[in-house]
Amino acid sequence: MGKAINTSRRDALRKMIRSSGIFAFGGFGWGAYLNKAKVSNLVLRPPGALQEEDFLNSCIKCGICVDSCPYDTLILAKPEDNVAIGTPYFKPRSIPCYMCPDIPCAPPCPSGALDVNKLKAQQDTTENNGLDINKAQMGLAVIDTDTCIAFWGIQCDVCYRACPLMDDAISLEYERNERTGKHAFLKPVVNSNTCTGCGLCEHACVIEKAAIRILPRDVAMGKVGDHYIKGWDEEDEQRLRNIKDSKYENTDEVPAEDYLNNWEDLIDE
Amino acid sequence: MGITRRDFVKSSAVAAAAATVGISIPLSVKAGKEKAEGGWRWDKAVCRFCGTGCGIMVATKNDRIVAVKGDPAAPVNRGLNCIKGYFNAKIMYGEDRLKTPLLRVDEAGNFNKNGKFKPVSWKRAFDEMEKQIKRALKEKGPTGIAVFGSGQYTVQEGYAAVKLVKAGFRSNNIDPNARHCMASAVAGFIQTFGIDEPAGCYDDIELTDTVISWGANMAEMHPILWARVSDRKLSNPDRVQVVNLSTFTNRTSDLADMEIIFKPSTDLAIWNYIGREIVYNHPEAIDWNFVKKHNVFATGYTDIGYGMRTPDHSKFTEKEKETVKNEIGKVISADEAVSLGYLGYKEGDIMEMKHRGTAGAHWLITFEEFKKGLSPYTLDYVAKVAKGDPDESIEDFKNKLKKLSALYIEQNRKVVSFWTMGMNQHTRGTWDNELSYMVHFLLGKQAKPGNGAFSLTGQPSACGTAREVGTFAHRLPADMVVKNPKHREIAEKIWKLPKGTINPKVGSHIVKIHRDIEDGKIKFAWVQVCNPYQDTANANHWIKAARRMDNFIVTSDGYPGISAKVSDLILPSAMIYEKWGAYGNAERRTQHWKQQVTPVGDAMPDIWQIVELSKRFKIRDVWGAQPVPGLEGGLPDVLAQARDMGYNPNDTLYDVLFANEKAKSFSWPDPIADGFQNTEAEGDKRKIYGGDGQLWKGYGFFIQKYLWEEYREFGAGHAHDYADFDTYHKVRGLKWPVVDGKETSWRFNAKYDPYARKAGTGDFAFYGKALKKVPQGNLTGITNKEKKDLTNKAKIFFRPYMEPPEIPNKEYDFWLATGRVLEHWHSGTMTMRVPELYRAVPEALCFMHPQDIEDKGFKQGDIIWVESRRGKVKARIEGRGRNRPPRGLVYVPWFDEKVFINKVTLDATCPISKQTDYKKCAVKLYAVNA
Repeated sequence: MGKAINTSRRDALRKMIRSSGIFAFGGFGWGAYLNKAKVSNLVLRPPGALQEEDFLNSCIKCGICVDSCPYDTLILAKPEDNVAIGTPYFKPRSIPCYMCPDIPCAPPCPSGALDVNKLKAQQDTTENNGLDINKAQMGLAVIDTDTCIAFWGIQCDVCYRACPLMDDAISLEYERNERTGKHAFLKPVVNSNTCTGCGLCEHACVIEKAAIRILPRDVAMGKVGDHYIKGWDEEDEQRLRNIKDSKYENTDEVPAEDYLNNWEDLIDE
Repeated sequence: MGITRRDFVKSSAVAAAAATVGISIPLSVKAGKEKAEGGWRWDKAVCRFCGTGCGIMVATKNDRIVAVKGDPAAPVNRGLNCIKGYFNAKIMYGEDRLKTPLLRVDEAGNFNKNGKFKPVSWKRAFDEMEKQIKRALKEKGPTGIAVFGSGQYTVQEGYAAVKLVKAGFRSNNIDPNARHCMASAVAGFIQTFGIDEPAGCYDDIELTDTVISWGANMAEMHPILWARVSDRKLSNPDRVQVVNLSTFTNRTSDLADMEIIFKPSTDLAIWNYIGREIVYNHPEAIDWNFVKKHNVFATGYTDIGYGMRTPDHSKFTEKEKETVKNEIGKVISADEAVSLGYLGYKEGDIMEMKHRGTAGAHWLITFEEFKKGLSPYTLDYVAKVAKGDPDESIEDFKNKLKKLSALYIEQNRKVVSFWTMGMNQHTRGTWDNELSYMVHFLLGKQAKPGNGAFSLTGQPSACGTAREVGTFAHRLPADMVVKNPKHREIAEKIWKLPKGTINPKVGSHIVKIHRDIEDGKIKFAWVQVCNPYQDTANANHWIKAARRMDNFIVTSDGYPGISAKVSDLILPSAMIYEKWGAYGNAERRTQHWKQQVTPVGDAMPDIWQIVELSKRFKIRDVWGAQPVPGLEGGLPDVLAQARDMGYNPNDTLYDVLFANEKAKSFSWPDPIADGFQNTEAEGDKRKIYGGDGQLWKGYGFFIQKYLWEEYREFGAGHAHDYADFDTYHKVRGLKWPVVDGKETSWRFNAKYDPYARKAGTGDFAFYGKALKKVPQGNLTGITNKEKKDLTNKAKIFFRPYMEPPEIPNKEYDFWLATGRVLEHWHSGTMTMRVPELYRAVPEALCFMHPQDIEDKGFKQGDIIWVESRRGKVKARIEGRGRNRPPRGLVYVPWFDEKVFINKVTLDATCPISKQTDYKKCAVKLYAVNA
């Protein structure tokens, strides 16, 4: 029953967006600009979504992915949502992505805004049409270790048990609790390589406002320069592939003589 | 804000009391004790949930609990909690708390079994209960009524309930849901040691080198103890070894150095493999010094059935009979032909169940006979029988078994074996418990710091109330039993009853109470502090019996659950911190707390409900001659004796049992309760109209203190000694026996246990008194009826491997195991109402192997039917996450009433302990729309 209600609500919303598109056609460019300028960059997109900029340019707001989601996880952005209107997104604290292995949402996308190539299984397989939901990169779980009660020593690890990639995307770090002298901390740690950003952890977190939250990957993650490679990790060398051929990228060369010929400040009179 | 002089005096009293029992309180806690700050008050209490027994501090403000914190001074948890404990402050304030009595009535307001629930007064509720109990007693005698009790009763509630039922109504039909949880552990203790409850304590965790978990998911079910095991592992990762034995992968495997996945029920074979390794291949490991001095060898019958009813029962369906037929005769399988070969059985033979009525009988055997019994349990045999994961190679499995036995056997390696429901909820659960002691005794690794087989408990007071108070159909307080005339005499003396008042015939255990209701033998039942209509296996039978037959079911609860729903009358109960109470945890630690707040609505404490009901019965109503089926001559008329004792036939059970002279000597107010209220003793700020329709003003005496002080008379001097009431309000619990103000950490060990010292048998004495006169025989039976005296000795049992009565076949092709999750407590009536815990785990999932999901044509997240010969439920498939069954097994937790898995489970029990086996039955799985 809940599903039926949601479906009709979505239909109404979609009609509203489409019709506003038709009547305000003349102002479309302006509207799109406003949407982009105002919208939060903290929005979480369905599995296989392109980079946010490309996604916004590709998504035709058809709502097919939203209709395909069996859990009502995906919603179409309404005007007040602070998300580009009519685009699909999800709020894991309300309904997370349950990571269906058969991925009903991305493949039907007619525009390529959800790109199944990003969800291709590592090995050649016919299972789930060769797709692997574990490849999804919807976001990244980030833990506030001050409010996470597992870091207080409470035996919680609800997020860990909720994680569909338990021991992989979230693992537990065991550490002795010197204060009690006889208990261990079991602290959740997120692995950014494997976390898909499904948000089951954020949804399950038992504190008032979740201590583990999903952020878009580019917001949550840092980036290490390609000039340093882990000496203990052969894989890390792959990053060298990013290095461009040109020796000097910023070519505004400064002649050394400019410096050498400047005496003035060196000698105190 | 400064501490007032009075607060200072109080703090120093606590410090002094703590000092006398050797407990140190951290400075910060001393300073903060009861310091009133910002209008809230902190006071010590204990967590409402599992048997670990974590201490908490409760903050109240404006008569409402506003917060809790782990008690830093509590030795169990040192200020920590798990997430159930973290939400103790919220459990009493769910939206749909029961606030008024509710009765099923017709349009005219008369009771009607098919009526709708309408609010009624307490007086109306007790009027109806009185009427219905009197009707049941008239029709059926004392066995026509029953109480479903609990390991979640406070000690005093359980004691009051036992006293009313056994001394007042002269019925033994009171049995706790702890029967489902601990009965096999109890039977194992009584048969082995002659006295209940573990020898060791939680300090064993810090002192051991090896933690071996058998059928216990400690990581989820005992999280604070698991934090201690984890810490121990971290303290010396190479030396400390952790092994998890289970029928499916669970979170306890995370920390484990080795995981052994075995086929359901084959833990019996694995224990015997270790026994065989010791006896045949490492005889030098046997601690003969210990064994010769302190042990004897014993065995018992095997043809004891599976605790089911016989197939001729009219309420069984044809499908059910396919399994139930095993109760009278079972075809011996190829595996059993090996393990039961010593009795002459061959594959295909029928074992006729001739000793169903004497399942617990046992006799002494020689070591040579014992050794002979173990001979079939070779590595090849046990590996073949026990390997539980079809995808694991037999060689890998064998290596694991070898490593396991090597850990036990290794000289100078300390070993603790922990177990919970896997070994207790087992059709041979008593045997399984006994086999753990078998291995530990042979190696001399029992009752020593860091060494021992240690049964963990599920419920917060399974030990303290259900077991120690004895809220069981066969028990009296302090390990005494109704069958023993001397024990009845002791109880009658303490309770000031005429001789012959107590019914000598064992009552109905909790599953049998349901069965008796279905058979029309029990007409009135009262559910207290539990949810038996959700937690009992094969639930369809019991729900139909309650709703469709002529009987009257009362449920006292804080929240509406399945039991309330099937009842005729619902009584709103005060919840944990709304009343005075005490719990006893798994390491024998007794912890008391004070009433912190006024109960919500018109809810009243269970003690009050029990005692108010007692006012409705005069002794002449119940102490005349009474018929008892199966008891020749019935119960005698004891009214003449009662008159001689000074009682008047018109005295009520309240006058005699609860408001006697002794009770009234515990006056209220009492200095120990300074600043705290007591709804039972003095009423409270609400205007509650009580059982008599009058404004409730209290008993005028300190009833909880009276009940405690009288209760502890039972155990004093009998190795069940407790401290006085006031002491427990000053310390963080004490482990009994408490002798000369000192608690006991390791029982039976003369270094630590004054009772063992007193026995004068050297370093150890297994001084339990039960079942210590035993006949002699060989593996096949008794050969010499003359009973040998085993004073101060413990038994090493030989118990063979046997299959459960229902195993998967072509039609029902999966094993089903049930259990719990960390986030929810039992049937979820409290934790499912905490929004955060509900959101974390909103439904029970059917955990299944991904290959099985694919082979069945299901998809992750599909809702499927899980169906047995008894019933079916819909559940959502989960192929990932916390529980990972091997192919061929599914795991469904039972907390979720919407996934009512106990409609599917089998009500087979261990025939000795009568504990239900919730861990194994056969199911088929199919798509909802197939």
